[in-house]
Amino acid sequence: MVKFKLNGRDVSVDVPDDTPLLWALRDDLDLTGTKFGCGVGQCGACTVLVGGRATRSCITPLSSLEGADVTTIEGLDPNGKHAVQEAWKDIQVPQCGYCQSGQIMQAVSLLKDYPDPTDEEIDGVMGGSLCRCMTYVRIRKAIKKAAAALRKEEASNG
Amino acid sequence: MIKRLLAGAAAIGAVGGLGFLYYAWYPPIEPVDLPDRGSFSAEQVARGRIVAAEGYCAECHTRTDMGGGPELAGDYKMDTPFGAIYSSNITPDPETGIGNWSEEAFQRAMHLGVSRKGVHLIPAFPFDHFTKMTEQDVSDLYAYLMTRPAVHMTHRTNELPFPLSLRILQAGWKLLYFTPGVYKPDPRHDALWNRGAYLSEGNAHCGACHTPRDFMGAEKKSAPYDGAVVDNWIAPPLNEHNPTPTTWTENELFQYLRYGVAPLHGPAGGPMSPVPHRFLSTVPEEDVHAIAHYFADVDHAAEREKHDKAALARAMEQSRTDLIGPSVDPDAKLYQGACAACHYNAAPSPVLGRPDLALNNALWLDEPTNLYQVILHGLTAEEGQSGVAMPSFYNALSDHDMARIAAYLRRTRTTLPPWTDLEKKAAAVRKTITTIPVNSSH
Repeated sequence: MVKFKLNGRDVSVDVPDDTPLLWALRDDLDLTGTKFGCGVGQCGACTVLVGGRATRSCITPLSSLEGADVTTIEGLDPNGKHAVQEAWKDIQVPQCGYCQSGQIMQAVSLLKDYPDPTDEEIDGVMGGSLCRCMTYVRIRKAIKKAAAALRKEEASNG
Repeated sequence: MIKRLLAGAAAIGAVGGLGFLYYAWYPPIEPVDLPDRGSFSAEQVARGRIVAAEGYCAECHTRTDMGGGPELAGDYKMDTPFGAIYSSNITPDPETGIGNWSEEAFQRAMHLGVSRKGVHLIPAFPFDHFTKMTEQDVSDLYAYLMTRPAVHMTHRTNELPFPLSLRILQAGWKLLYFTPGVYKPDPRHDALWNRGAYLSEGNAHCGACHTPRDFMGAEKKSAPYDGAVVDNWIAPPLNEHNPTPTTWTENELFQYLRYGVAPLHGPAGGPMSPVPHRFLSTVPEEDVHAIAHYFADVDHAAEREKHDKAALARAMEQSRTDLIGPSVDPDAKLYQGACAACHYNAAPSPVLGRPDLALNNALWLDEPTNLYQVILHGLTAEEGQSGVAMPSFYNALSDHDMARIAAYLRRTRTTLPPWTDLEKKAAAVRKTITTIPVNSSH
């Protein structure tokens, strides 16, 4: 039995210790926004936040998350209106959409460390998040737009 | 003539043998009835809890294989070069634990490594360190242990081959290597240093893992804290031979020992991970400060830390190479896909909990062992930086992939010569992992 926080609420899952987090999310907790891509941590589609850090859920054993704080795409914002999600819609980033939740979670993590990222920084950090529709140009554009929105939000709060 | 020589030799042998027996023989100490819990004051038991935490008793006296076991009830499997041995039950169960031990018997075990029955204890129990503890600390520890829940449980039989299984021979080991005696403060140093030395050399028995051992399994007195291989991990040097580019200063050591992560070095992983999280985070802060203060002296931090600023700047610059421009290096691509989504950093300092690999012990040690261990195991949210987890790449990266990543990091993040036989070593470390951390076939 593993207990952790998922999108702000306490959950416990009773599965074998070596079950990947992604399996528990999709099969046991009914959160299917996080996608299975390669299964070996090389494509980024399954990215969620653990303690605020982008983490590949397909190779993270559930037992390693006792007491951790996990956020999936469903928990990013109560109304699905996180600045990155808004920018994604405005710029119309998704094509087939399969990789998008992973892309967005990785971008959220990136913007925490680089509030005003350069193209190189975006490419460097997002390099492990693959998109077979090749929407990389729009991904970059959306990240910059979200960054500007977040900075504005930050300024008005501060 | 020959007869006389032989007789003489036999006589000397007999006298020597008798002398050895005299040295080796300890009387049994009479069993006692389990002391009443109320006979120990709450204050003493509370002090004893701290002593138990600072000596990590529960770490080696609690079974971890076969699904684990009750705390302090023993049967923890230790693989030694001489064969597997299993720790004893130190709960107050009269039959299988220490419930019928008087305090006198317990003091003797801690200070001289002899059981209540007068049997020599195997030095995997680090009495060569515990001998340095004050009688008061041992007394408090006794109070704590005797007030724990009693667990009726025997440990598996030790697998030491004959003649090592003869306990009397342990006395010979003691004759060669063991110096009994409580820690004596060094008047050249202040109280904080001496407190740190007392804890580190005694109860906390740091040298048991961080000092290399000789062929008889004794810590090499000539190489204290020079680093050693323990449980298929490298316990890094704690002296001036520690290879990380930034110094283990008192603050870095304190952060690491108290919270499990040092901002300019990285997280505690593997067998070290319980030391901060399970134990040293629960003891008085000043004791952790004292240990940090002591080791900052052992590693000569004062002389070395003037280079830290330059080392940090260099490391951050090296890490940035993955963030600037497209790379044509296929190893860099592999690293970027598998690792850089988390392991990115930029000047001026690494983000806490995102250890900068250019600063991490694992890349600067002589062997890639620890790097491979962490890649294969990952880190749980309870290890290293609390709340942050690293995935297990056991099924995600082949030995060949791991070797390429290791070579790439060593090449781009350190100034040291390349590691050799990387793929073979990756396979060897993989082989030591008996429980595969993640299984996607559920």
